[in-house]
Amino acid sequence: MAEVKLMKGNEAFAEAAIRVGSDAYFGYPITPQSEVIEYLMTEQPHMRTGMVVLQAESEVAAINMVYGAAGAGKKVLTSSSSPGISLKLEGISYMAGAELPAVILNVVRGGPGLGTIQPSQADYFQAVKGGGHGDYKMLVLAPSSVQEMADFVEDAFDVAFRYRNPVMILSDGVIGQMMEKVVFKPQQDRWTEEEIIKMNGSWATTGKTADRERNIITSLNMRSDAMEIHNHKLQAKYKLMEENEVRFEEFMCDDAEYIMVAYGSSARIAQKTLDIARSKGIKVGLLRPITLFPYPTKKIQEYVNNGVKGFLSVEMSAGQMVEDVRLAVNGKAEVEHYGRNGGIVPSPTEVLNALETQIIK
Amino acid sequence: MDLKDIIKPENLVYTKTKNMTDKELSYCPGCGHGTAHMITMEAVEELGITEKTIGVAPVGCSVLAYEFMNVDMQQAAHGRAPAVATALSRVMPEKVIFTYQGDGDLAAIGTAETIHACNRGENIVIIFVNNGIYGMTGGQMAPTTLMGMKSSTSPYGRTAEQNGNPLKMTELVAQLEGTYNVSRHSVHTFKNVKKAKKAIKKAFQDAMDKKGTQFVEIVSNCNSGWKMSPVKSNEWMEEHMFAYYPLGQIKKDGVLVNNSNQN
Amino acid sequence: MSKVIGAIVVDIDKCKGCELCVVACPTDVIDMTKEVNAKGYAYAYMINPEACTGCSHCATVCPDGVITVYRTKKATA
Repeated sequence: MAEVKLMKGNEAFAEAAIRVGSDAYFGYPITPQSEVIEYLMTEQPHMRTGMVVLQAESEVAAINMVYGAAGAGKKVLTSSSSPGISLKLEGISYMAGAELPAVILNVVRGGPGLGTIQPSQADYFQAVKGGGHGDYKMLVLAPSSVQEMADFVEDAFDVAFRYRNPVMILSDGVIGQMMEKVVFKPQQDRWTEEEIIKMNGSWATTGKTADRERNIITSLNMRSDAMEIHNHKLQAKYKLMEENEVRFEEFMCDDAEYIMVAYGSSARIAQKTLDIARSKGIKVGLLRPITLFPYPTKKIQEYVNNGVKGFLSVEMSAGQMVEDVRLAVNGKAEVEHYGRNGGIVPSPTEVLNALETQIIK
Repeated sequence: MDLKDIIKPENLVYTKTKNMTDKELSYCPGCGHGTAHMITMEAVEELGITEKTIGVAPVGCSVLAYEFMNVDMQQAAHGRAPAVATALSRVMPEKVIFTYQGDGDLAAIGTAETIHACNRGENIVIIFVNNGIYGMTGGQMAPTTLMGMKSSTSPYGRTAEQNGNPLKMTELVAQLEGTYNVSRHSVHTFKNVKKAKKAIKKAFQDAMDKKGTQFVEIVSNCNSGWKMSPVKSNEWMEEHMFAYYPLGQIKKDGVLVNNSNQN
Repeated sequence: MSKVIGAIVVDIDKCKGCELCVVACPTDVIDMTKEVNAKGYAYAYMINPEACTGCSHCATVCPDGVITVYRTKKATA
């Protein structure tokens, strides 16, 4: 039975994690996402579903716990905020190399360094361009509501297991901390050992039975020729994601002369800007990428081909996603960035002003 | 008696365990890693737990342990094997989980993961091979390198001023409530191999019985890193390594053993 | 005199010539060959097979598991 609750984005993520039948969560406290582990510890999911929740000694340990559980074919999650995600990147790179499915939430705060505890979107590059070492990609989902903080858990596991690849939910301090109405789907059962062996038995370390060869989880290959082949396989997988997994939302783009591109909480601000601009007669639209990798490049190219004159990338960063907009536009229209840094959330009128001065002119 | 009358299947008394693969070991001639692998896998075979044993290989010389141990294995990031093993044990409590780690992996980069897994009393077996050097990367100083010992990063010998003192991880983890059996062994003689194997077997049994973390150190040689012949390196190990890392039981069944009882 | 007799079989291709078995053997059965195997290592062989008691000391300390040991009662003459 669906249930409606009022809760924080972080709590919605945690509740959804239990409801999708996750096997384990490993985390470490950091503001502004500590509610995730606090909620899980309070809810005692081991009583509800048998789900394991463990507070690790560090983000580094937590992501390697995720590696271990994912390698056993289990549904496993972790969450952190920017500095903690930096620590997790080594493990994420190993997971991408070893092709392990898992869900990682980043509730982004202002950086660099210890930065602030206020919301930011300055981890875009880190999330969509790889972040850790080596040629790898994560599929990145960007929620812009508490509802999506819950819904994307199931979506993320779905693609993570389909591609055997880590998936990041790239949120921010606004979405993690704000309270909204959220509708939950009914509780799903955790996978049984038989189901795990049936689905993931070809690779997961569930114990070497007499009927099969041993399973090995590793990202190492001592031979460069074999490593290149492995890289080609990974790249083919990312290409498949680009073909099949792009998600976005459009607002009033049909007749738009100008388009704002914004994700997460910036998309909510840009929506308000859109209302004001439209009431002033400005023909502007809003594209909200839901997947940041793969990126809605083709959609942006369509806009260009349909005569859109300019794009404004609105991000709480010094301008990161704007590079992907520029790559898509490829010099055929004006592309500008507007953003605030360090934990400052821009207002809709600020964004409108940027639109009028930087793009429309 | 003719050899062919002796070499018959019914007279077989020792052969490599089936829990090891046929793959040729990547270790240098005379390296204790091979023997440590062998007895670990023999213990698993003798306990009849091959199907439910999952191992975690480290970064270092034994990074390829998964090529040789014929059980399901995961290769962990440098130092993180105890975290990986923690998760495996937590999500599959019915399985038997072990890590196999060297001194660089366990006592340097993985110190935090080692101590916290032991402190939580994770029901895992940790096999710690200590040869006082980084072998894989070409003989650099390890946290366990002896005082005065030369390595490629302590070319004039280790000093306390420059490098601090050799770290006795095994004595350290024995102090933690979560550890159940903690002991130090070697695998360079028949007698020592037998003792080490007995300890490993008990460790697996007690981990299976959920008694806490089982920690078995194996002081070993690194003839390439130490720049000695295998036989000489074992003699040097007896004289120098055992003096600082004395063999014996440090904690048994959850109780610290009196140091004077050590052999 | 021992009532048992043993014998070892060395996997020549996998032997790395470390000589730990030579040291481990309590009855001086084993020596290293003068010739080398495909990898260039001298390998273990029984120079003194009559003295082998099949005690397995050599195989137990062999890091590469290349020694297989057999043991039987001595045939009475």
